[in-house]
Amino acid sequence: MTEITIFVLAAFVGFEVISKVPTTLHTPLMSQTNAIHGIVMLGGLIVLGYAGDGLEYVIGTIAVAFGAINIVGGFMVTDRMLGMFSKKPKPKADTDGKGS
Amino acid sequence: MLLAVLQPGGDAATALYIVAFSLFIIGIKRGTHPTTAKQGNLIAAAGMAVAVAATLLLDGMGNWGLIALGLGVGTAVGVIASIRVQMTEMPQMVALYNGVGGGAVALIAWSEIRNEIAEIDAGHISSVPLDILIPILFAAVVGSVSFWGSNIAFAKLQDLIPTKPLAVPGQQVINGVLLIGILAACVSIAVGNDDPSQLTFIGILVAAGLLGNLVVLPIGGADMPVVISLLNAFTGLSAAAAGFALDNVALIVAGTLVGSSGTILTMEMATAMNRSVANVLFAGFGGAPSGGAAGSGEERPHVSIGAQDAAIKLAYADTVVIVPGYGLAVAQAQHAIKEVADELEKRGVTVNYAIHPVAGRMPGHMNVLLAEADVPYENLKEMEEINPEMGRTDVAVVVGANDVTNPAAKNDPDSPIAGMPIIEVNEAQQVIVIKRSLSPGFAGIDNDLFYEPNTSMLFADAKQAAADIAAEIGNL
Repeated sequence: MTEITIFVLAAFVGFEVISKVPTTLHTPLMSQTNAIHGIVMLGGLIVLGYAGDGLEYVIGTIAVAFGAINIVGGFMVTDRMLGMFSKKPKPKADTDGKGS
Repeated sequence: MLLAVLQPGGDAATALYIVAFSLFIIGIKRGTHPTTAKQGNLIAAAGMAVAVAATLLLDGMGNWGLIALGLGVGTAVGVIASIRVQMTEMPQMVALYNGVGGGAVALIAWSEIRNEIAEIDAGHISSVPLDILIPILFAAVVGSVSFWGSNIAFAKLQDLIPTKPLAVPGQQVINGVLLIGILAACVSIAVGNDDPSQLTFIGILVAAGLLGNLVVLPIGGADMPVVISLLNAFTGLSAAAAGFALDNVALIVAGTLVGSSGTILTMEMATAMNRSVANVLFAGFGGAPSGGAAGSGEERPHVSIGAQDAAIKLAYADTVVIVPGYGLAVAQAQHAIKEVADELEKRGVTVNYAIHPVAGRMPGHMNVLLAEADVPYENLKEMEEINPEMGRTDVAVVVGANDVTNPAAKNDPDSPIAGMPIIEVNEAQQVIVIKRSLSPGFAGIDNDLFYEPNTSMLFADAKQAAADIAAEIGNL
């Protein structure tokens, strides 16, 4: 039951934290959460780390490689996307009137 | 020794996992503000590093050569792909990364069922406990659907296979039969949990893969973001299921976080298109356009102009609204469009950009592309903000957008896109549409906007046309 409790609470945390994202950041956010589910690589590591026969080695190695692509690629791509937002001059000041 | 070996499920390992997922939550939270998003991503990545390190330190881990191989190959592929990818190709990249994540889940599930079978054969346990077996089955099915579905999504967005909705006769029936078969096989494994058949399990993986293919294949390109987002949520949930099977709290929490975020994002995207998620999945857009009087073979009168005419219309306007769409992304015309805007601003013309919620290939995708071209954030106007201004706009320039400007969504209740919110460019004094041809958009329906008297069509590649217009304005 402890795990179910964790699951339900985590679902609520995700819902609360994420429902406040502006549309602009949806793609980067999707990419970032995409990278976070790369956490399955831990499962691959555990499977491979305790593997004992030939097929397990193959399955585990592929799972770890897949997970690593998911993690590394996901975080790097997100970083590239967000880098494009940060280099623009000054996003606020004077947003109401006509500029100048 | 400083780095003591951690016991699986022990306090030290769990403590590190708690640190990791706390960093994920902080990272996502920071990801919700433009100023802190980049930092948030780094924080989440740091959390991942902690989680990976904790796992590598678990007692009894071996096969270090293979672990190094898997990590090395995966990291190399991830780094190279991320450096090479164009900003316009971002959505399919997310689809691909999502797919491999789902693939990893399915493989882990397979490995876990093999472990459990080996335990039974060795006489350690008499049957697989259902609280392990059910998550394994869930992870297998959903992971496999996600892997194969994402691959199709990738192939469609990368134009490896046609982006149009591909209708297969009896589609729904085949999918239904597959789904029932998968569920039946899962039940048979769960009921016979004292002797689960690996062959049946592999059958489930294959059938779920086939289902993933068949569900995504008929979906048109315009709906693809919704699908990728949905698959992203699925992969998260399947990762959480793998966490239940492996008794790993980091997987449960991180997977669930992704599951809930992906669900919200999916619903938001579907709402923006005035469609339900079920509608996206089960009713391929525009297989046979029922509404709209015009058949596709019929030639309707329209006005066609060149770059010079467009330049003149724009240069002597007071207010110009640019409506960028998917075609701009494909043609990578964001920089060229920015040049047009710069030339116009030099002449004192006010230039704004109207961003439809689903412009580009994902919500926010167009903002990323325009930010890449250094378009100021303040000039990007959301649909609700710009529509009331349209009547006072001299020229609206539609660049590679189609369905999101189609007045039929408002005027024709029989149209397949009826009710979808649109950018009301037809309210502007004049409209210039830059497009390769009159061909219909993703929805597969004709756009009445093209035939309105105040609309001028400029048939060209968006990037070339924008460069020509910028040059012509400079010459005026």
